[in-house]
Amino acid sequence: MQSLNRFKESASQTAGPYVHIGCVPNFAGIGGVFPADLGKTMLKEATRGTRITVKGQVFDGTGTPLRDALIEIWQADADGIYPGGSDPRGPGDPHFTGFGRQAGDAATGEFAFETVKPGRVPFRDGRMMAPHITFWIVARGINIGLHTRMYFPEEEEANAADPVLARVEHKPRLATLIAKAEGEGTYRFDVHLQGEDETVFFDI
Amino acid sequence: MRNKAEGAFYQRDREWHPPAFAPGYKTSVLRSPQKALISLDNTLSEATGPVFGHNIIGELDNDLIHNFAAPGESAIGERIIVYGRVMDENGKGLPGTLVEFWQANAGGRYRHARETYIAALDPNFGGCGRAITDEDGGYAFRTIRPGAYPWPNRPNDWRPAHIHFSLFGHAFAQRLITQMYFEGDPMIWQCPIVGTIPSREAIEGLTALLDRENTIPMDARAYKFDIILRGRRSTLFENRLEGN
Ligand SMILES: [Fe+2]
Repeated sequence: MQSLNRFKESASQTAGPYVHIGCVPNFAGIGGVFPADLGKTMLKEATRGTRITVKGQVFDGTGTPLRDALIEIWQADADGIYPGGSDPRGPGDPHFTGFGRQAGDAATGEFAFETVKPGRVPFRDGRMMAPHITFWIVARGINIGLHTRMYFPEEEEANAADPVLARVEHKPRLATLIAKAEGEGTYRFDVHLQGEDETVFFDI
Repeated sequence: MRNKAEGAFYQRDREWHPPAFAPGYKTSVLRSPQKALISLDNTLSEATGPVFGHNIIGELDNDLIHNFAAPGESAIGERIIVYGRVMDENGKGLPGTLVEFWQANAGGRYRHARETYIAALDPNFGGCGRAITDEDGGYAFRTIRPGAYPWPNRPNDWRPAHIHFSLFGHAFAQRLITQMYFEGDPMIWQCPIVGTIPSREAIEGLTALLDRENTIPMDARAYKFDIILRGRRSTLFENRLEGN
C-alpha cells in the first residue's frame, strides 16, 4: 500500500502560569531582552479607521476572573483586508498589524486593546461577514487555545446576515459573541469559559 | 516567501490533542468549556495570520545563556542547543514563522512574580527567547537545560524538565502553544500535564532527541525538536477561498 506521507500536528500543551515570560516578558518584569512586547501596540498615527478600545475579562466556571490569561486578537483593517501579506486580496493598511496580544491585569484580569474597527470580510461563498475580531485565549488550565469571535452591537443588520453566526443553532448563545457598548468607542467583551453563559468557541 | 491563504486547513484531530476537561490536571476542571465547539470551515479570518519580519529579532534573542546575563557572564547550567524544523502536516517546511520559547532555570525556578518554588534565581538567566524560521522552516537556539520543579496539583506533583513553545505558522488557524520534553526523562510519564495527552505516540512527538552528531565539541550538547503545525488542503478542486 502507498502512504499519504502525512504527519500529525504536534499535540497542544497548556501555556501554564508563566506564559508571560515567553510572550510578554516586559509585562512580566523581564526587561532588556526584547525592546517591546509583541502585539502590545497595534496602532500608529497613520493607521486608517475609527479608533476603538476593546476591554474584557475571562471568567472560569465559578465566575472568578482569570488573572493569568493571555489574550490574542487578529482582525482585518478598516477596509476589511487582513494586513501583513497573507491576505490574497492585497497588502492592506501598511500602518496596521491586525495582531494584538495582551495579558490580563495581574490583579483584576482585565485586558484592553487599542485598535480600529475592522471592515467587512467575505465568507467562503462571497457573502460579506459582519465586522468581527478573532480572539485566541490561553492560560494555565486551558489545554488547547480557545478560538472565538467578537462582533459589534451596533451592526444588528450585518450580524443578522452573518453566515458564521448563522451556524450557531442555539440562538440565546449568540449574545456571548456580541460585545457590549461602553461609551464612545469602547466595547466590553467578556469571555466565560463554562457555565450557563459559556461563550461560543469555534473549532476552526 | 510566504504562502497566501490558498486553502482551508485539515480539521484538527481533537482526539489527538488533550481534551479541555482533564481532571488529573485540576486547574482544567473549571477552565474547560463544556458545550460542543461550533465547527467552522476556515474563512479568510482563520486562513490568514500576522506576519513578523526578521527585523524584530535581536542578535541575542536565540541565546538564553546570554540574553539576560551581565556583560561577560552567562547563565548557570548544562549548556544545550535546541534546533529543529517547523513543518506542516504535509511535511513542508514553514519559513518565516515566529517561534517563541520560555523556561525555568537550571534549578527549576522561573523568573516570575507568581513563582513560589524555593530554588534560587540565577541573576544571569531571564528565561525567554525567540527566532524566525529560515527558508526550510529551520530554527535553533542556545540555552541551559531547565530543571524539574514541583507544582501545586496533588501534594507531590513535579513537572519533568521542559521548554514551552509558542508558534504562529502562516495562518491564525495554525496557532499553537506546546511544550518540549527531553529524551530519557522518567518524569515525563509521571506528570499530570503530560498525561492530559491521550496517546503515548503524541507525547513522544513532543520529546526531543539528544543528537550527538550535532553536539558542539567542548561547548554544548544538541537536542533536535521538530514541530508540526496544521497543513492546508490542496486547492485542486473547489476549496479556494473567496478572493483567490
Ligand atoms: Fe513550565
